[in-house]
Amino acid sequence: MPNICVCIKQVPDVTAPVHIRDGVLSQDAERLVLDAYSASAVEEALVITETHGGQVDVVLVGPEKAKETIRKALAMGAEQGFHLLTADESWDSAKYAAILAQFLSNKHYDIISVGKQSQDSDSGLTGSMIAELLGLPYTTNAVGMQWDSSAKAVHVTRQGDTGQEIIHIPSPGLVTCSNDMNDPRIPSLKGIMASKKKIIETMDASLPQLRAQSTQVDGYQPVPPRKAGRKFEGEAEELASQLFDLLRNEAKVI
Amino acid sequence: MGLILSYIAVQDGKIKRSSLEVLSHCRAQATQFGHQLKAVITHPNAGDFVNTIAEYGPDAVLTVSHAAFDKHRNEPLKAALAQVIETEKPSVVAFASTEAIKDILGALAVKVSAAALPDVSSFELSSSGIKALRPVMASKVLASVTSNSLMTLVSVRSGSYDAKVQPSSPVVQTVDFIWDDSASKAKLVEVKTASGGTVDLSEAEVVVAAGRGIKDGESKAMIEKLAGLLNGAVGASRAVTESGLFPATMQIGQTGKVVSPQLYIAVGISGAIQHVAGMTNSKVIVAINKDPDAPIFQYADYGIVGDLNKIMPAFIAKVEQGG
Repeated sequence: MPNICVCIKQVPDVTAPVHIRDGVLSQDAERLVLDAYSASAVEEALVITETHGGQVDVVLVGPEKAKETIRKALAMGAEQGFHLLTADESWDSAKYAAILAQFLSNKHYDIISVGKQSQDSDSGLTGSMIAELLGLPYTTNAVGMQWDSSAKAVHVTRQGDTGQEIIHIPSPGLVTCSNDMNDPRIPSLKGIMASKKKIIETMDASLPQLRAQSTQVDGYQPVPPRKAGRKFEGEAEELASQLFDLLRNEAKVI
Repeated sequence: MGLILSYIAVQDGKIKRSSLEVLSHCRAQATQFGHQLKAVITHPNAGDFVNTIAEYGPDAVLTVSHAAFDKHRNEPLKAALAQVIETEKPSVVAFASTEAIKDILGALAVKVSAAALPDVSSFELSSSGIKALRPVMASKVLASVTSNSLMTLVSVRSGSYDAKVQPSSPVVQTVDFIWDDSASKAKLVEVKTASGGTVDLSEAEVVVAAGRGIKDGESKAMIEKLAGLLNGAVGASRAVTESGLFPATMQIGQTGKVVSPQLYIAVGISGAIQHVAGMTNSKVIVAINKDPDAPIFQYADYGIVGDLNKIMPAFIAKVEQGG
């Protein structure tokens, strides 16, 4: 029966409008959500424990307001939440990984799972950093996971450069999850009610000595949006000729 | 004088163009800052690629040859790179941002006590480290990021720089790498290679991408035909990789591949922000969609409003005739 710990993150809703003033990114406080990759990692862990038994816990590093995101994962079906509380929101992957690895170092989970990146920073470093800090076998960008109870190993399908790699990771091990592996469940009313009774253990996040070095964000600027070009309507033959002509003689790309 | 190390990735027996783009940019940076530039390559027969690498101007090429590099596995790749980095002590190690590198970058940073700047769209050395730009928030925002570490690992998005031929006569250093497979905890059981085009999607000059509007094998064949005629690669949105019509390796977007071709033709793709994040750096974007209000038209240089089942055959015929 595998016990799984999912490291989750609260992120601003990337579909919400972005505001940047003097290089500072302002995030709409009303629109903070469970990161989509974290949500897929939680979903996959729940599917495994529903089949094989065991328990799913979640851990989150973040400010007080991130507690609602832990509650969301508990409403999906996770058993227990750990909140490593920090007021500092400027942390990078090296710091997140160091804190999470320190927390996990005296726990005994069979699988640690992490989103393969987070929707806000898209860095994709934290998972493999935690694995290296803890000396665990790992793989990344998983699109499928199956628990092999006799071998005590997780069979992972990973999306690689040339195709899908099938990798066996023995327990204890770490897997980072793509959001292509599943559609995370929407918490049921029953799940939401049950989550209110579940325990969230809160502790201050203390930063250990770093091994991977930290980086800084100096500022943000909007990506200049692409300008919409011209739109064409009409008969298929005519449109095809027009398009061919434009690509050959105007854009010069064919 | 410092040292820049630039990693060369090989896929299907060929050096990835994105590695040569990074190597070319490193050549310019090394010259500007008076640093030495070394390329490092891991492959069962790494020596075979030295002549090609030499075309792009490194001062030395480090070859790490071992059977363990036949297929991607993070343990031997990480171990080999850590060994080279600990010996050479570079201030910057630059990579093309491939799935293989995404698999090890964080772990490698921990192992060699470096900082990591992943998936940047540009970087420059500075007096105290390096500065880079990273697309974040589904590529809607550019973050200016800095590393002031003694050593920084930086991975660069494909298409960020041009690969420039400037031949050199590099010193070849053969690296002895000892790897015991029995020490490996993770086991690679098999690799299911996706069938598909012969052109590598992340490096293609032309991408023809299918979305929800492509519903069956017949319309899929039109996508493949057009891609073939234009010597391009086939891409797909999440909708049609999830449905199983296209393999997951073809997915373009925030979670899939990031492409920056000269020409991107979006066929039956509505243009969800997660998809756009993977293709917005294309030079010319064409969208074919029957819904005139589809968000994809906000990004398209040429928006063709109409039924793709009529427009595609007409356009394919036009391309076949050559005008």
